[in-house]
Amino acid sequence: MAQAGAEGGLQGRTGEAPALLALHGVGKTFSNGVAALDAVDLTINEGDFLSLLGPSGCGKSTALRIIAGLSTPTSGGLDWRGGGLDRSGIGFVFQEPTLLPWASVFDNVWLPLRLRGVSKAKAAPAVMEMLARVHLDGFAQAVPRELSGGMKMRVSIARAMVTKPRVLLMDEPFAALDEITRFKLNNDLLELWQDERFTAIFVTHSVFESVFLSSRIVVMAARPGRVFRDMSVDAPYPRDEAFRTSPTYAALCREASDVLSAAMNANGGSGHDGH
Amino acid sequence: MTGTESRAVRLDAEEARRLRQQRVESVGRWLLPLLIMVAAIWLWDRICVWNEIPKYILPRPLEVLQTLHDDAGLLFTSLLFTLKITFLSLLLAVVGGVGLSVLFAQSKWVEMSFFPFAIVLQVTPIVAIFPLINIYVNNQTAKLLLCAWIVAFFPILSNTTLGLNSVDRNLRDLFRLNGASRWQELWHLRLPAAMPYFLGGLKIAGGLSLIGAVVAEFVAGASGQASGLASRIIEAGYRLNAPRLFAALILISLTGIVIFLVLSLISHLILRRWHESALKQEG
Repeated sequence: MAQAGAEGGLQGRTGEAPALLALHGVGKTFSNGVAALDAVDLTINEGDFLSLLGPSGCGKSTALRIIAGLSTPTSGGLDWRGGGLDRSGIGFVFQEPTLLPWASVFDNVWLPLRLRGVSKAKAAPAVMEMLARVHLDGFAQAVPRELSGGMKMRVSIARAMVTKPRVLLMDEPFAALDEITRFKLNNDLLELWQDERFTAIFVTHSVFESVFLSSRIVVMAARPGRVFRDMSVDAPYPRDEAFRTSPTYAALCREASDVLSAAMNANGGSGHDGH
Repeated sequence: MTGTESRAVRLDAEEARRLRQQRVESVGRWLLPLLIMVAAIWLWDRICVWNEIPKYILPRPLEVLQTLHDDAGLLFTSLLFTLKITFLSLLLAVVGGVGLSVLFAQSKWVEMSFFPFAIVLQVTPIVAIFPLINIYVNNQTAKLLLCAWIVAFFPILSNTTLGLNSVDRNLRDLFRLNGASRWQELWHLRLPAAMPYFLGGLKIAGGLSLIGAVVAEFVAGASGQASGLASRIIEAGYRLNAPRLFAALILISLTGIVIFLVLSLISHLILRRWHESALKQEG
């Protein structure tokens, strides 16, 4: 692993893929004076699985919210290549499952389509297919409180994917899950990504998770939030449990870990979290 | 652990004691209050007999029961009238409270501007406002309704407003991301999220609307035509007809209990699948 485009070459699909989105000098300063992001330049290619990795306060969630259109940049701008992307082109998975507690699993997944005026009958095939894809067939009529944390997250992913978005944004979606569940969801997410060929932007502060999932890792530094290094992960897909225990994986994790440490030291060594 | 021929699992002393305690509690929960109630009524009866208290001061329980039976026609007509005022005012409180809170939820400015009025209405004792209502409103039923409404609508307004404003921020973002209209957000997100708060307010308002109906009638009683239970109580008081007074009182209490139970049931049925308050503790 090294700077993007350095030795080794990419084995993922990002090599010749067209750019989907470019961030030009994106900065965000909150009204209380905190500079969350400072002049971030970043190009995201169609089909990337890109992780934003960094310590707390490095602005990775802010960047994600700006890409989603939930927040506007103070300076700079976004450039959606190949025609603008309307709202239905974006799926978002929050840190918590963020489900409607009163609604069944089916109704939760139906929600994005429902808000676009798609009737229950018309939405049913798409909803049931998505539920099957996240291994929740048979739970359509359950309500969220009857599900485990991992299952709730699966519902959340199904909901984000039901509109077949071109970009899936995820904000530390598995941070609150136990390790076994997280591994399983990592595997399933990769499977989904390879089948559906969407572009994934994944915010995390776990080195291991980002290396396992990503074709590319953007390490960010804090105060102010900025891109510290843009790295490609040179390991072929599909990645499975065997990859998790391979020497390649261990070496990649070590490298990413070193870069993250450097990023944390770059702001005076005040960063301290991460797994 | 084998030998499960019989139904029992072998329990250690602690678990056995816990099980026994659970059984005793489940019976005691019903039996104990019932026994206390019966004992209290018996004591009431004995006090009347032992002290030779005349019936117009404190009637014996059986005499009250007898009056409830003999005056049934009169009392139940009055009950019906009180119920009518109670339920109409509760209905208006729901419509007004929810309507206003939805209006408040549309904009912080609206809420900030008008909430003080709601508070003024709430904190001013209804008995003190009534003389004014008496001057401005001619229709007797309308007077009573207005009084009961003023008392009952505030808990619904304040609870529902709180509920509408307590929506998870991520869920609101989700709706924004999906291009939801204001109306869609209200209908699919805010109103269901406010439901537990609203139902909490409804339970309080149910009791208050009965209190409002009775108090309003007390204050209005002087003007005569009212024929609810409160009028019966005043009338019975003037005539030293204590048994009827007690009978009317019991009817009001029972009505209040029934209203509370019915509203609790409604609340439970609506929330049982998803809200913490309606979930049974397990384990």
